[in-house]
Amino acid sequence: MDAATIIFYLLAAMTLGSALLAVTSRQIFRSAIYLLFSLIGIAGIYFWLDYAFIAAVQIVVYVGGIVVLIIFSIFLTQQAGEDLPKPKWTQQLFAALAAFCGFALVLVQILQYGFTEVTQTGTAEEDRIGRLMLSTGEGGMAFPFELVSVLLLAAMIGCIVIAMRKSSNESSAIES
Amino acid sequence: MLSATNIALIPLLPLLGFVLLSLFGKQLKPFAGVLATVLILVSAVLTGGAAWTYFFANGRVNDVYQTIIPLNIEWLRFNDQLSIQMGLLLDPISVMMLVVVTLISLMVHIYSNSYMHGEKRFATYFAYLQLFTFSMLGLVLATNIFQTYFFWELVGVSSFLLIGYYYDKPSAVAASKKAFIVTRFADLGFLIGILVLSFYGGSLDFQTLIQQLTTPHTPALDAANKASFLGVSALTWGLSLVFIGGAGKSALFPLHIWLPDAMEGPTPVSALIHAATMVVAGVYLVARLFPIYAISAPELLAAIGWVGAISAVIAALIACTQTDIKRVLAYSTMSQIGYMMFALGVSGYGGEAGLGFTASMFHLFTHALFKALLFLGAGAVIHAVHSNEMHDMGGLRKQMPITHISFLIACLAIAGVPPLSGFFSKEEILLAAYQNNTPIYWIALITSGLTAFYMFRLYFRIFWNKPHTGHAHEASAIMWLPLVLLAVGAAFAGLIPFGELVSSDGKALHSELHLSFSIAPVALGVFGILIAAWLYGKQNAKPASIQSSLGGLFQAVYHKLYIDELYLFLTKSVVFALIAKPAAWIDQHIINAAVNGSASITQKISSNIKTWQSGKVQEYGLYFLGGVIGLAVLVLYIW
Amino acid sequence: MIGLEHILFISTALFFLGIYGFLTRRNLITMLMSVELVLNSVNLNFIAFHKYLWPSGMDGVFFTVFVIAIAAAEAAVAIAIIINLYKTHRSILVDTAEELKY
Repeated sequence: MDAATIIFYLLAAMTLGSALLAVTSRQIFRSAIYLLFSLIGIAGIYFWLDYAFIAAVQIVVYVGGIVVLIIFSIFLTQQAGEDLPKPKWTQQLFAALAAFCGFALVLVQILQYGFTEVTQTGTAEEDRIGRLMLSTGEGGMAFPFELVSVLLLAAMIGCIVIAMRKSSNESSAIES
Repeated sequence: MLSATNIALIPLLPLLGFVLLSLFGKQLKPFAGVLATVLILVSAVLTGGAAWTYFFANGRVNDVYQTIIPLNIEWLRFNDQLSIQMGLLLDPISVMMLVVVTLISLMVHIYSNSYMHGEKRFATYFAYLQLFTFSMLGLVLATNIFQTYFFWELVGVSSFLLIGYYYDKPSAVAASKKAFIVTRFADLGFLIGILVLSFYGGSLDFQTLIQQLTTPHTPALDAANKASFLGVSALTWGLSLVFIGGAGKSALFPLHIWLPDAMEGPTPVSALIHAATMVVAGVYLVARLFPIYAISAPELLAAIGWVGAISAVIAALIACTQTDIKRVLAYSTMSQIGYMMFALGVSGYGGEAGLGFTASMFHLFTHALFKALLFLGAGAVIHAVHSNEMHDMGGLRKQMPITHISFLIACLAIAGVPPLSGFFSKEEILLAAYQNNTPIYWIALITSGLTAFYMFRLYFRIFWNKPHTGHAHEASAIMWLPLVLLAVGAAFAGLIPFGELVSSDGKALHSELHLSFSIAPVALGVFGILIAAWLYGKQNAKPASIQSSLGGLFQAVYHKLYIDELYLFLTKSVVFALIAKPAAWIDQHIINAAVNGSASITQKISSNIKTWQSGKVQEYGLYFLGGVIGLAVLVLYIW
Repeated sequence: MIGLEHILFISTALFFLGIYGFLTRRNLITMLMSVELVLNSVNLNFIAFHKYLWPSGMDGVFFTVFVIAIAAAEAAVAIAIIINLYKTHRSILVDTAEELKY
């Protein structure tokens, strides 16, 4: 068992363990921190797979952006130190059952399928990503790239509209 | 004078009046009557010109009156074979009817200006009158049987509207409904008759229809005679159904029950619609199709004659007992229409045999004059004493001299006293009956005596009997002017050589009066008058004692032979109880229950499954996941 | 030797952990966090497939990048909605926003 394998198992354990804690912890703030670790673990797996660019993006956007955003919203909506309400046991049971069944089904399929792996495993060089991102030729991604940028713009405007202060009579109508 | 424009204007002017008065009646208020009267006057003048031209200048070719169709436009086109025309047809009877309708309508319009003065719905009343006149003229001028039907229904509607004119009076509302339902019921027969006739005749057009169904051994006639239902040929069925339609409109026994009740309408309306014009539509219809009846179905025509005769005598009997003067006149109308109908029934087609036809049309003409006069006179009396009942009247001859004299002339005319108009037409009818069907002749003779009796009973009870106590006064000039004009007409119309103008085949018919023949009916008429004078000339106890001695017989006749009650029994106890109630039960408990049951089952199911829509996102998520897993298992392992 | 199946095991486990969280959590923010986990498992799949099955094309990588971008947008919108809900309902428990039933 070489070092790479050990590192992989460590990363996998970290990712799955903190993900499990993130979805079960009764304290929301801790839950967010576990999520953070899980995401970092996934970034580690990207590093391990030799996809440094994706790992960087994962760290910057998820860890630096989304999780921070989530933590902010927790601060805005939650009283500190308050436990999350306990889910109903029937709900827990059914959810666990459904998740386990789905997991088993997918896993069985993966193991039965018999993937034929390539001998020369791939990686992603940053210059190739950059070129193709703006290329319109074979394998070029300029159009989806623009599309995503429009989507981000729309999301931004949408956030502003949703979060904007309503005029007084409108908000009173909603409250009533 | 016979151009399409001129003839078309005759019915279209009243239609214009109807539209104007309906739209602007409120604004026109005091002038509504004047406007309507002027329009009818123009129409009547045009009719007069057309009639003169037709009868004395253009109409006759080689001594035969031609059928002229100045206008025939396609109205509804269904396919190449079947289309419905709207047109104008001129022949002796339609021109004669035009004259009658416009003349009586004009008189009634003039009269109504005073009679209806101060009514709240003055303009509406005239609008309805105009609508009626339009429809009646359209009916008379129809070139095909479907156009006839169309205007026939319009006439029915306007009659309904006018009977129910005082719609705040429950009896008027009931009467209008009764009239509408009874005639509607008969019209159903008419419609089926039209379908049968036109199916075999291959056309709706009167001329084609008559030609197809009277020429011997045409394929159409053979087919119509061969096809049979319940042992009666299709042709006879079609013709009898058409006759049933006519009988309903003309109030022949046993479909007469609506006519006496129709007297709830304003009296001028009764004069126009329920005496002179609309009720003779049935006679006109049979006359219009007369060649088919006379040539292809003579035994049916004989049956029609019997229906007419029975109507005549029953109505005359009932008229002797009624005390409401308008009802007496209504039954008298029914009786006289019976006369016209059996005159058609005893007639043959063409030549001397067609005497009955001529007589019927002649009587239609004279009857329109004197019956309208009687109704208008009765209207004047009712206007003066504010009552319809005989015992509120009496001794009015001093207060209302003009009404008195014109009423007397009309009574003499209807009683058949020479030389007034009724004498001539009645003699012709009796002669035709005598020549063709002796039993009907005797019935007619008795009826004619009864007619004289009940008319003079009416006359004496209104104008003599007891001295008048109230302060009734003569009608206004606008009201008595039509009375006088009609009285002149009723007196002298008999001198028109009618046989020269109107006959079944268009050729002139020279009828001569046999003095010896006239003795019996005239003597009987005078006898009736004398009895009436003896009983009712002065107030006395004789009528009451006769009434009590006749006992149950009198009661039966007084209650109109319980025919209304028979109808009520039939509808309530038979139709409602045996057919309508089970039908309603099935509707309620089977059909409705099935519908309601399916609705309530759906409702229960939906109220149960709607709880799945809990609004909880996570439950939806669970369903979704379960669905996806289920589908995946299905596709991967089971399929 | 670590192969494709190992990575797919991680991503599948991550996916169903996210599903479990989404179905049991009652707080909207934690539900959002569960959704992030689901998205990450998908990203991991893309990368794994790219590396082991089809390294010649770059689609797997690009999809990962785009999914991350869309996830960022989604998180921003979701949080805006959650904060608005908090303003009107004074709570971000999912059971309090049940008006859309029946």
